[in-house]
Amino acid sequence: MSDASHWSIFLNAALVNNFVLAYFLGICPFFGVSSKLETAVRMGAAVSFVMLVASVCAFLINLLLDAVNAPYLRIISYILVISSTVQLVEMLMKKISPTTFRAMGIYLPLITTNCAILGLALFQTNRGYGFTQSVVYSLGAGIGFALALVLMAGVREKLELNEVPDLVKGTAAALVVAGILSMGFMGFAGLGR
Amino acid sequence: MASKEVTSTDEFVKGLWRDNPVFIQVLGMCPALAVSNTALNALAMGLATTFVLLMSGLSVSLLRNFIPREARIVCYICIIATFVTSVDYLIMALSLELHRALGAFIALIVVNCLILGRAEAFASKHKPGRALLDGLGMGVGFTLALLFIGVVREILGSGSLFGVAVFPDGFQTWTVMVLPSGGFFAMALWLLIVNRIKQKQAAAAKTVEVTS
Repeated sequence: MSDASHWSIFLNAALVNNFVLAYFLGICPFFGVSSKLETAVRMGAAVSFVMLVASVCAFLINLLLDAVNAPYLRIISYILVISSTVQLVEMLMKKISPTTFRAMGIYLPLITTNCAILGLALFQTNRGYGFTQSVVYSLGAGIGFALALVLMAGVREKLELNEVPDLVKGTAAALVVAGILSMGFMGFAGLGR
Repeated sequence: MASKEVTSTDEFVKGLWRDNPVFIQVLGMCPALAVSNTALNALAMGLATTFVLLMSGLSVSLLRNFIPREARIVCYICIIATFVTSVDYLIMALSLELHRALGAFIALIVVNCLILGRAEAFASKHKPGRALLDGLGMGVGFTLALLFIGVVREILGSGSLFGVAVFPDGFQTWTVMVLPSGGFFAMALWLLIVNRIKQKQAAAAKTVEVTS
């Protein structure tokens, strides 16, 4: 059991060790859907939501695996349980609230096998977070992911209007922008200790 | 027969340059950037990924006629996760220090889109031998790409290569290169070089066409 306070866990996950800009998790959607602000917001919301679900799942699975003493099944059970839970939630959402589903539904299946989700589950296990700590951690990570995505989309929308040499266009330019953003987030180091 | 030989070498070579997973297809970026702060970490990560690619490619290819279409992704993930777990424990047994340096990123090989991508796009449609060659080519291409990024970051960021100092004492290290942002910059640099080479090749091909 880790003794870190909830507030510091939250700040740590959202800003200091931002999932995208410090841990490089979830880079694929980060570059894939960050070209428009609106899709970035939706994707961010969907990822935050899946992270919350994954965190709760991972906590319960871990309890079970500890009880039967089978840590070697961790990776396989995490990924299977998380992806099937998300699929269930997706169906439920389609039934209960079609508007929310339309807003973020198409991203849900894409997200489940995203490294940010599995990474979150593994990190919270490695650090020995309790239940509330895990939930706070997942919220922080989700908000941090959404923040990075929205910032990136804002920059890229502006970049679109400028003249960029052919060589740098596309991924290379996005990488440099991400590098600079990541440097900016370095400024948060030391917060929330 | 001769043409078949050419194509099986091609199966291997395409992963090195033409379809290089990192630089051309831009797949598997997360580990490529996260653990490439030293050349050694990059090499270890590349080898671990290659092993998983090879074994999962072989298994998927052997089982391709038994796996039902509807449940194929789940089956692939199970196969991949099994090999990733064994690599995880293998590295822990070989070197605890390395395991600590790579951290959760070994486990995260499971969700490397490159592996699932090859299983789905190649191994599930080809014979085991071909799948192995393809896995080997992609794995070596991935390892090389990681190594390229790792070498740049280690030389500039720590002034050393595989832990051996390469610069005289007075060298001011670029701390930014070992920080996360350095990963983005090193990757951007290599992408630029690759783009430039591709542009030149395209231009050369055009002039050949025109003259002939």
